[in-house]
Amino acid sequence: MFSIMVVAASQWFIPIFFLLLIMHAYYRKVKVLEIFTEGAKEALTLAATLFPFLLGMLVAIGILRASGFLDLIGQGLGPVLKIFGVPAEVLPMALLRPISGSASLGVLTSLLHEYGPDSLIGRIASTMQGGTETTLYVLAIYFGSVGINRYRHALWVGIIADLTAFFTAVWLCRLVFG
Amino acid sequence: MVNTLWLALVTLGIVYGILAGNVSQVTAAIFGSAELAVQIILGMVGVMGFWLGLAKVAESSGLLEIAIKIFRPLVCWIFPSVPSRHPALGSILLNLTANFLGLGNAATPFGLRAMRQLQSLNPRSDEATDAMCTFLAINTSGLTLIPTMVIAVRAAQGSQSPTEIIGVTLLTTLTATTVALLVDWLFRSNGRSY
Repeated sequence: MFSIMVVAASQWFIPIFFLLLIMHAYYRKVKVLEIFTEGAKEALTLAATLFPFLLGMLVAIGILRASGFLDLIGQGLGPVLKIFGVPAEVLPMALLRPISGSASLGVLTSLLHEYGPDSLIGRIASTMQGGTETTLYVLAIYFGSVGINRYRHALWVGIIADLTAFFTAVWLCRLVFG
Repeated sequence: MVNTLWLALVTLGIVYGILAGNVSQVTAAIFGSAELAVQIILGMVGVMGFWLGLAKVAESSGLLEIAIKIFRPLVCWIFPSVPSRHPALGSILLNLTANFLGLGNAATPFGLRAMRQLQSLNPRSDEATDAMCTFLAINTSGLTLIPTMVIAVRAAQGSQSPTEIIGVTLLTTLTATTVALLVDWLFRSNGRSY
């Protein structure tokens, strides 16, 4: 019942959200299509900015996967991770997500390519990428901007939040899609 | 940081590939991955364009102001150390709301402004305050309504249902944010407070 509700809500969400948004914009006298196209145009710039980072990261992760190193880690830690129900394939995702957004996007892309976006591994990796932020990057940018170098407990809180997100992602995906 | 990480990943991969006798696979992977990057980027442009278009419409129709009205009492309650009339609360609200609605580009400038305003309440300029830690606890746990980038990548890879992960992602980020706020509160109530 729970899983049917979550999946249905995910399907319905976008069209309903889309409709409400443009109705509200029309009511507020926004020139909807004109403004929409103005925003959509930014996708080309975004893609151009993202491309070199994704290329670099995909090549690095491709090399690591083809060398057999990821399999080695998977074999080593697989049994331990299995106790918690975590597939060994998503481990690189969990390790890189807090450090670099483009690296984890690279891992996500290569996992989706390897196992398919609608596989359990693909769904878990997608949820991990979307369900948390790049902790170290956020802390460095925000604290760095005001010259703070003693983070106190902020780092621990961020890492605990990441761990929570990973395990929640695995368990929820197993529950809903499993 | 990212430079070192990339260097380490590539070096580790190539050296291990040579040692394990997988050099030909490594060479193939380099060119295969480069091609994959182009496929993904091109496949993403359409879906990202749709989201960025919607985001712009949401921005111009004043959705941000509506969401702020809803979130204000909650934010005042989460940040007890900031005076309720202080401008920092306004910036925090704008940042969190923009992030929640997936307006990432709009969110960062508000967030940096919030940090500057919080810094003006800070008695020790090199050390984080309670309010800063709480603010970044929410930011690092990534509270977002729609994971637009992930949906775009899934669509580019030919998923049957790119959006099916919205529900689980929202539940995941809500759990992570709740835990982050609880842990932050525990640290705060067991440590010094300023």
